[in-house]
Amino acid sequence: MLHVAIATRAFRRYSTYRAATLAGIFTNSVFGIIYSYAYLALWRANPTAGGYDAQDAVTYVWLGQALLMTIALWGGGTTDDLAERIRTGDVAIDLYRPVGLVGWYLAADLGRAAYHLLTRGFGPTVIGLVVFDIALPASPVAALAFAVSLVLAVVVSFAIRFLVASTAFWLLDQSGVKVMSGAFAIFFSGMMLPLVLFPGWLGTLARALPWASYVQVPADIWLGKHTGADLAAALGFQLVWAVVLLAASQGVLRLATRKVVVQGG
Amino acid sequence: MGEAAARHLRTYGQIAWLWIRAAWQYPTSFVLLAVGNGLITGLDFVGLWIMFAHLRDLAGFSLHEVALLYGSASLALAVADTAIGSVERIGTYIRTGRLDQMMTKPVPLLVQVCADQFTLRRLGRLTQAAAVFGWACTYVDWTPLRVLVAVSMLVSGALVFFGLFVGFSCVQFWTTDATEIANAFTYGGATVTQYPLSIFPREVLVGLTFVIPVAFVNWYPCLYLLGRSDPFGTPDAFQFASPVAGLVTGAAALLVWRTGVRHYTSTGS
Repeated sequence: MLHVAIATRAFRRYSTYRAATLAGIFTNSVFGIIYSYAYLALWRANPTAGGYDAQDAVTYVWLGQALLMTIALWGGGTTDDLAERIRTGDVAIDLYRPVGLVGWYLAADLGRAAYHLLTRGFGPTVIGLVVFDIALPASPVAALAFAVSLVLAVVVSFAIRFLVASTAFWLLDQSGVKVMSGAFAIFFSGMMLPLVLFPGWLGTLARALPWASYVQVPADIWLGKHTGADLAAALGFQLVWAVVLLAASQGVLRLATRKVVVQGG
Repeated sequence: MGEAAARHLRTYGQIAWLWIRAAWQYPTSFVLLAVGNGLITGLDFVGLWIMFAHLRDLAGFSLHEVALLYGSASLALAVADTAIGSVERIGTYIRTGRLDQMMTKPVPLLVQVCADQFTLRRLGRLTQAAAVFGWACTYVDWTPLRVLVAVSMLVSGALVFFGLFVGFSCVQFWTTDATEIANAFTYGGATVTQYPLSIFPREVLVGLTFVIPVAFVNWYPCLYLLGRSDPFGTPDAFQFASPVAGLVTGAAALLVWRTGVRHYTSTGS
């Protein structure tokens, strides 16, 4: 119950900035248009690149723009608040609370993601649908699985951002690590280019790393590239990374707490 | 006039140096920021390179030709962004009242805003862009006039991006909320320049020539460097018109800036 309350308040906090949301949707759509034309040129020259057709590719572009803020690809979200509280020392108060820190911030981030999905996710998708005739989910099963995949994507992304923010316990400032992590996220999530285009070992590596959960896996589910046991495996892949990374977050926090105590708070 | 400009430049340098020393207080972050930014743009180019694993050419342009387009625009953007990137944060200065503080100081506001929180993190991007541009240049059939066009392209390109960043940041004088709209034109403009503009419909090219003139950052001059005819059949004169586009954009931005500052009434806090 408490975590639901945290999530709804985070949702409301982000929904305060209406004009910013509209501006963001506009910007996402401009980038959607640019990338659509680039991908259309690519698939015109090679109509079966990566096993996608031109409509798959353009759909992929708009899904990417829709997911950009929802999964907080660039970093940010509630974990930025955490990093700032670590830097100022306010995190000491958070640690006194009778609630787990990871659960608290995860709930808030899910509330934030829900808001961004309904606005920054929905907006560009509609524009892509109208302007570029993107594909809808391949089947009702695909739509449902996409919803599950999306939640898992946010959780994986949250855990990575939590780990990045935690580096502030040692470095005091997360910004350097955050930029590095963002660079990897953009490249290995498939945001910059679908991972299906990555050749050889680079492709195998990219599809095994947690960032594949961000865009490539949900997009492939939407496009109906995974069915049956393959679909279960795709969701399982995300689930495994979510569990592993959340456990790592918990472990790092325990280490960091010990350090805070040693410093005398 | 020249003397005043030199003085402003020196002040800019002093403020910038102050911020470099401040950033160095967190050395790990300082290094990671530079490396990370280089990595982002580096991986950007790896993306283009992977695209070409599936293609012989993109809308008629080979990899080294696209690299020339990419490298030149990226270099111009990196120079502009290093010099005046902080102007994007003007909304924060308005909200926190720092802009009022700056206005009381005997240094032009634009110089202060641009130099504030100066960061060398873009060194990574600068290095990466220079490397790609250098590599692409080895494929160009150089003549004295082409060297001249190349140099003017880089200077004018930086000027166009300067104009876009300063101009669109001024949106924040009127709204402190919808600032992200500027990104569509600044970073959107930068992204467009990574590709041969022949991938877009003609209407887009017209917009990128006369409204947001990023086509002059690299597209037109690179057509000349590569000795290619314009796929859209625009006049050849455009291939030499980058300096005009740079000066017009820069002047327009300064005008918008002045209007913005005059319109500005403090938040009162």
